[in-house]
Amino acid sequence: MMQHYTEKIKEIAKRLFEEEKIDIFIGYEKGTNPFFPRPTLISKIEDVNKLIWNSNCALNLCNYLTGRKERIGIIANGCTSRSIVTHILENQIKREQLYIVGIPCEGMLDYRKIQAAVDNKEILEIKENEKEFKVIGDGFEEAFNKEDFLQENCLACTHPNPVIYDEIIAEPVSTRAARPEYEDIKEIEEMPIEKRRFHIQKLLERCIRCYACRNVCPLCYCPTCFVDERIPWFGKSIDPTDTLTFHILRAFHCAGRCTDCGACERVCPVGIPIRIFIKKLNKDAFEIFSWEAGLSLEQKPLFAAYKKDDYDDFL
Amino acid sequence: MYKLFKKEDFINSLYKIKDYKIFVPAKEGYYHFFSPLEKGISPDFSFFNTRLSPKSIIYPQSERMFEFSLNKEDPDAFILKEAEKEFPLQAIIGIRPCDAHAFQIVKKNFDNPDYKDPWWTKRYENTTFIGLGCNNPRNTCFCTKVGGGPFSEIGLDAIMYDLGENFLIKVLTDKGSLFLKKIEGGKEAEETHIKQAEKIKKEAEAKIKTDIEIEALLKKGILQVFEADIWEEISFPCINCGICTYLCPTCWCFDIQDEVYKDKGDRIRNWDSCMFPIFTLHASGHNPRAEKFRRVRQRFMHKLKYYPEKYHDGVQCSGCGRCIIACPTNMDIREIANKMSKI
Repeated sequence: MMQHYTEKIKEIAKRLFEEEKIDIFIGYEKGTNPFFPRPTLISKIEDVNKLIWNSNCALNLCNYLTGRKERIGIIANGCTSRSIVTHILENQIKREQLYIVGIPCEGMLDYRKIQAAVDNKEILEIKENEKEFKVIGDGFEEAFNKEDFLQENCLACTHPNPVIYDEIIAEPVSTRAARPEYEDIKEIEEMPIEKRRFHIQKLLERCIRCYACRNVCPLCYCPTCFVDERIPWFGKSIDPTDTLTFHILRAFHCAGRCTDCGACERVCPVGIPIRIFIKKLNKDAFEIFSWEAGLSLEQKPLFAAYKKDDYDDFL
Repeated sequence: MYKLFKKEDFINSLYKIKDYKIFVPAKEGYYHFFSPLEKGISPDFSFFNTRLSPKSIIYPQSERMFEFSLNKEDPDAFILKEAEKEFPLQAIIGIRPCDAHAFQIVKKNFDNPDYKDPWWTKRYENTTFIGLGCNNPRNTCFCTKVGGGPFSEIGLDAIMYDLGENFLIKVLTDKGSLFLKKIEGGKEAEETHIKQAEKIKKEAEAKIKTDIEIEALLKKGILQVFEADIWEEISFPCINCGICTYLCPTCWCFDIQDEVYKDKGDRIRNWDSCMFPIFTLHASGHNPRAEKFRRVRQRFMHKLKYYPEKYHDGVQCSGCGRCIIACPTNMDIREIANKMSKI
């Protein structure tokens, strides 16, 4: 199936170049790390054969669209397509510039779980078919069911199919979760306040403020991030309060905009479950305003819309 | 001089050492980190390498350098006073040879005839480096191409060979000898142990298969590489986060910030990263590295061209491979070095 997807993507990209519908195509290519295929910008028709798709293509390619001027072909699964909608609504890219190649998504693999399952042996190659994948290293080979190794956000995914596209490469897949699930957030909400603070600070203890979570996020396109102000208004060290401030404030900036693609958590070099911060705000947006980000171009952004009966108990 | 320890005895006696602060590799969640050996921490020497390099043990990510008072009534108002610090004797147990080598590279910046960083040098001098050779280097390792090796002794006070049930320890310096005297239960190694160790070392070196072309790159002219038209394409995937620089054992850049609360302040030194736009932002508003490709180029030029040109002693990289493993977009220094060398 993945092989089929890859061939299909190459075919479409080739056709788009031939028909002169696009100037560039954004997708993934095979690199040297099987868990992190490399985002690639194709500008010549002869390079389309570099394109691939597999269950580790788990960044959010919308991140590469911000402010571009060309006519762009781009592959997008459910969460990426929703981020593209958000990008269009927020005037970061124009719909007319894009040729969106929709990918029905079966979910992405959690490489940390896979590494743990092979006792941290070095994995050099991954082969996959529809239901299974095989990891191959120096002198070992092991097969697993995909279902047992999906990322947490994919297990809870409510929109695996692209919500916006010009062409879709396969039949839509069935949706895993009917409605968003927030059990992990409820657990934290129910903690007494002191325990909650301790719990969250403990999660962030290893943060090195590399900002990979921010930079990999398509929502974080501010020309100057609040942590990069030349006259800082909070500390830049790894003091726990400052680190916490960064994560909480970043989450607030993403309220009502996050599509839970999970890229922030995937790239964290120290394994912080970063999703929980924005997920709390996704939960509030859903429960209070029945809102999920990026579902349609007709829907005004959450904070740009006003209804008389909006929740206002906090006033 | 070689000594042989049963692994169990070695680990148990680490807990009894009171006059050194001891750092060991320990697993936390999915990754290994160097942690101070205290109650609840179990050393785990069956690791590949720690997720973060041990550089912060000598060079903390955030360090209070000075303190000051802004209260005009205070006789010392506006005068920077060195912050009080402790420099305990410490030992890093199980540091990989690439990471020990990295401290020697960083030393050129913090401890040289022109400049001596007082805090880096004091911590460095108080640290004993007990290395653990790599029986199984990985595909991402290229220490042998940058002047090191899986059993390199550069920058180490002693090196451990993992012989299964035992650690064979080769003592390399007086510092190492002094520390190892504190470990109970060792005995003289026999010839067979030393032979076994030599075999492991040879096999490990043979396992490193990498095609990184350092020699060819060193011969290229700086401007030729700087001006080459490869950088836009190379830098496309990069998201300009700080993972590579912060995980790197040889990246040493820092930023200085004053933090004030009411009328007291601290002058703090934090790690900084050439990947961040603010790294080079001038007070005028001009930024000589405003575009991503300039920042990506800087990182690789510094490691592979400027450093060699300045110090004439190899590249600013010890081949640990952390940046390759952890980069979210697979920026691979080996591939980039090869592109640079083929210009």
